[in-house]
Amino acid sequence: MRLLAPSLSIPLLLAGLLAGCAPEGGSGVQSAKLSAIQGRGKLICGVDGKLPGFSFVGPDGTYTGLDVDVCKAVAAAVFADPKKVEYRDLNSSERFAALASGEVDLLSRNTTMTLSRDAAGGNALSFAPTTFYDGQGVMTAKSSGITTLKALSGKPICVESGTTTELNLADRMRELNVPYTPLKFQTGDQTYAAYLGGRCVAVTSDRSQLAAKRTSFPNPAEHVLLPDVMSKEPLTPATVNADPLWADVVRWTVNTLFQAEELGITQANVAAKLAEAKANPKLADLRRFLGVEGDFGKQLGLPADFVPKVIAAVGNYGEVFDRNVGPQSPLKLDRGVNKQWKEGGLIYSPPFR
Amino acid sequence: MVLTPPPPAPEAAPPWWRDRRVIPWLVQAVVGLVVLLLIAFLLGNLIRNLTAAGLLLTWRWLSQPAGFDLGETIVPFDAGMPYWRGLLAGLANTLRAVLCGLVGATLLGSLAGMAAFSSNGLLRGLARVYVEVVRNIPLLLQLVFWYFVVFLALPNGAAALQLPGVVLAKSGLYLAGLGEGLRWQLPQLVNGVWQAPLRLSVEFAALLTGLIIYSGAFIAEVVRGGIAAVPKGQWEAASSLGLSWFTTLRQVVLPQSLRVIIPGLNTQYISLAKNSSLAVAVGFSDLYSVAETTLNQTGRAVEVYLILLGAYLGLDLLISALMNGLNRLVQIRER
Repeated sequence: MRLLAPSLSIPLLLAGLLAGCAPEGGSGVQSAKLSAIQGRGKLICGVDGKLPGFSFVGPDGTYTGLDVDVCKAVAAAVFADPKKVEYRDLNSSERFAALASGEVDLLSRNTTMTLSRDAAGGNALSFAPTTFYDGQGVMTAKSSGITTLKALSGKPICVESGTTTELNLADRMRELNVPYTPLKFQTGDQTYAAYLGGRCVAVTSDRSQLAAKRTSFPNPAEHVLLPDVMSKEPLTPATVNADPLWADVVRWTVNTLFQAEELGITQANVAAKLAEAKANPKLADLRRFLGVEGDFGKQLGLPADFVPKVIAAVGNYGEVFDRNVGPQSPLKLDRGVNKQWKEGGLIYSPPFR
Repeated sequence: MVLTPPPPAPEAAPPWWRDRRVIPWLVQAVVGLVVLLLIAFLLGNLIRNLTAAGLLLTWRWLSQPAGFDLGETIVPFDAGMPYWRGLLAGLANTLRAVLCGLVGATLLGSLAGMAAFSSNGLLRGLARVYVEVVRNIPLLLQLVFWYFVVFLALPNGAAALQLPGVVLAKSGLYLAGLGEGLRWQLPQLVNGVWQAPLRLSVEFAALLTGLIIYSGAFIAEVVRGGIAAVPKGQWEAASSLGLSWFTTLRQVVLPQSLRVIIPGLNTQYISLAKNSSLAVAVGFSDLYSVAETTLNQTGRAVEVYLILLGAYLGLDLLISALMNGLNRLVQIRER
């Protein structure tokens, strides 16, 4: 029997482990995911990690970028501390499995929102508001003399596998009746290494990503983006469908960034605005937004003052954009459609009411 | 009064649960029942959780249009064809790489293994260095090296490396062959693009080079072990008959060493087939690469992995069965 006991306990242990894999239920007022994150003391955020401007590991090991700032904002909302984030670098093939298995709490990794990724019968994700409206482009060397998609006929084109860009490329080329050879790589690094190695005449991805990667090329000026925009690529943070309460937390944290820009609240003036709101009961809108009045935080399962904490941590959306991909960054991307709705852009927060 | 012990009951049969013939069966039955229950529990758990997550197995997606293109295929494929055709094209590419790899690695490995017994010290040394360097470096690293460092550094167009009938350029390896109208055709440069009857992409070439060189090193060791297993007396007897080194090896030693070599080869062949899935690192569209794209587009993780598991298992079992058959052929026949 002494021999039997351990051999019996192993299958029982395995069974216990598997039973523990049951998905966390989304019932009850408090989000199971949020409770788990609070219990763990940090947010686990899936990012790319190799894309300047969006998520990039600096020489000192710190992460920066627009996608990273979304992670920081969510951590600030939950813990009032943007540093309580553990980042996981994921490639485009790993990302959905990592999210579905619960390895990461939040996927903030230049991911395009699509129907099949959103639907329960597809990847079953739950998307937050889009943080960057992008489009697919094609980059080629100036010296190749190629200026149109048609000129790519019969040429090899590098593309990262498991992306929407792979499908858009196939669709667009089929539409134009242009034969081409797709060369697919598992990671962005391999894709751009093959392009720089001269294996492909062109490389295709989101235009922002191409511009971002170009900054790390040996001769950025020698590479140009073709004018064609092949697709809509709304890059959007995502969580799993199974926990809609946690999705709400992420959704309204992103909206906080949008709303703060609309109200002119910045990282620098948030403390002053908060003091102003506390002093003046007539500023009802501002008081509600900053959590002085009402219980928005509580309704989401967050601290009452999560809004000022988020803004103090990363600033408003405009600041996040400018710092990471806009004029203050090497990418120098134009705001384009990523302007506030009042300025004719697509950035729009539903009311905090 | 002295009581004599009653005479033992003559051969009173013990109860059935203490019968030595029954106990082993009883134990086996209990263990079997526990295993079955465990499997049933795990399967039930799997199905329950997959249902809860909306991921219960379905195969309908296999017949939907794939929507992606593949770089090079031997089975015709385009974006309008269903997923299963894409997976089939990937499987065909995997089989092509494995088959070419098996032949190449066997040739290279046999040569290197035999070279270890050469009377030429330089050859022996080279074989040793090859085996020790190659088998101690991870295959993934070697593949990436061959692709990004060696093949992508090749010149393109008119500057490509040219040998009679062979052109090696960044865009691929071009070989002379029977072209249109069954006429012998050499590679030629048309508008800055090489054209030839036979073309291997550099992705395939890099994968094949990596697989052949890596598996070749292991096969060399298997061959060396097989030859070393033949008693020294066989060599001495052959040379006393005046047979040359090569004749001795071919006629006397190799036939005997095959019995030792083939089981070892089997393992190496199976590894090679599995290692071919690393093709994804060098941009070759093998089964694994297509499956990964499919998984991303459909989100059917469990089904796609089941297909992958089944395909590689089937491929390896097939190789194993063929090698076992070969093994029976070379065994000593008892008379």
